[in-house]
Amino acid sequence: MAKLILSLDGSVIREVPLDKERITIGRKPQNDIQIENLAVSGEHACIVTILHDSFLEDLGSTNGTVVNGSPVKKHILQHNDVIEIGKYRLKYMGDAPAAGQTPADDFEKTMVLRSPAAVRAATAPQLSGDTQGGGAPFVAPAAAVTPVAAAPAMSAAAAAPAPAVSVPAAKAAEAQPLAAIQILNGPNAGTERELTKNLTTLGKPGVQVAVITRRPQGYFITHVEGASFPTVNGNTLDAQAHPLKDHDVIELTGVKIEFFIKSK
Amino acid sequence: MTDLSQVLEIATATHAGMVRSHNEDSIAADAEIGLAVLADGMGGYNAGEVASGIAVAMISTEMKQKLSGGGAEVLNGGAERFLAEHAERANAAIYEAAQSQPQYSGMGTTLVVALWHDNQVAVSHVGDSRLYRLRGETLEQVTRDHSLLQEQIDSGLITREQARYSQNKNLVTRAVGIDPAVDVEAHTYPVQPGDIYLLCSDGLSDMVTDEDIQLTLSSLQANLSLAADQLVQQANDNGGRDNISVILVRVRGNFPAQRAGWLGKLRAWFG
Repeated sequence: MAKLILSLDGSVIREVPLDKERITIGRKPQNDIQIENLAVSGEHACIVTILHDSFLEDLGSTNGTVVNGSPVKKHILQHNDVIEIGKYRLKYMGDAPAAGQTPADDFEKTMVLRSPAAVRAATAPQLSGDTQGGGAPFVAPAAAVTPVAAAPAMSAAAAAPAPAVSVPAAKAAEAQPLAAIQILNGPNAGTERELTKNLTTLGKPGVQVAVITRRPQGYFITHVEGASFPTVNGNTLDAQAHPLKDHDVIELTGVKIEFFIKSK
Repeated sequence: MTDLSQVLEIATATHAGMVRSHNEDSIAADAEIGLAVLADGMGGYNAGEVASGIAVAMISTEMKQKLSGGGAEVLNGGAERFLAEHAERANAAIYEAAQSQPQYSGMGTTLVVALWHDNQVAVSHVGDSRLYRLRGETLEQVTRDHSLLQEQIDSGLITREQARYSQNKNLVTRAVGIDPAVDVEAHTYPVQPGDIYLLCSDGLSDMVTDEDIQLTLSSLQANLSLAADQLVQQANDNGGRDNISVILVRVRGNFPAQRAGWLGKLRAWFG
């Protein structure tokens, strides 16, 4: 289960498990996490937890809520986020699958989340024996797999691995050093273009086009369209992607283009 | 039924990804009848493959039979109804198989089906497999996922940007084959020559941003199969955490239905 670690000036005050759908933070005593400090509003913020996600919302507090240094109104908490309210800090420790219970692979498998109404409406017997009673709103895809989504009580020990980062590593290819191309001849000689996107096309549509792709392994050139294929350092390419090296010279539609690495 | 193979250009790619040992996605596409079907199965062992396989095989064979045999009248009851009926039949078949064979218990699949006819495309879907459309330079998501995340976005709980960071990506609220009945969503949209349609499983849409999908489709549209391969490659470069399937369909021109007036019937008689 996800939890918050409340601390002041570096010393831990207490741990708060996010075991309720809604947990409130504020100065007034009815809050789940009461912080008696004048910088904290009576009802300062709340955290709503739905399965593996916890949402932090500032409830219009006077002095605001800060996550990792930036003020937020609404924020979906990520493992190790630090919430600052006044001088207090709340570190969010995300939900992680308990080791040994479910292989990490199964943790991400698509599952069906059925509304309780739909389950009741189903006239057929339960699909699999391990769904937790007739009213269980979740159905695991396989009889052998414990429905992870239905197990909010699963404990995540402090030492449990961090939940897999679900952000698409869309920036994987951006780890590449910045490269650029420069036109060497013709009316546009000298024109330079930085390869800031994962795909950059060269040539004239309808005549001859090639694409330079930026990948974690490096930069590659591939023929896209046209009867003739581009050349790299005088060698004609085939349909396969061809890796580009610093100072390679590409030629297509009679234009010579140099590929080079700008920053290392 | 009009033969659409001159009007529709289709490229497909499917890959297990970098993490999963097997591919539970199934795809089928037939330019002649203007059909594309994609399913992302779920269930233990090989049950996911079985579920998506049943859905794709049933829908593509049965539709082909009816469309190439019966002509346009098959769609007289509405293409949406036609698509929904076939999804319901697949649902019944998968549900029955799951009931009768313990190893398939609880299996199910997402589904997205697109049928091009009479300058339109009819789309049905269940779950989080998607249809996108590139028109000009603009990429639009045509289908709306049946997923917890989409419901959270719709209710304003989180924004589309925040959704990228959610841990709840893998929860669909509808699937084919898990209940005796299934709620199929179906709509029809007008088609323009030059449109490019993308059917994909969440292995693509979770790993590659819409911006990168847009960039790939618009810059590589001259080479559709390269575009399909590039999409899969980008998903794998970004981690390839799930099976990745794509079907790309480019519309080259208009394809109005042949009106079955008396003249048409006469021609068919002598043809």
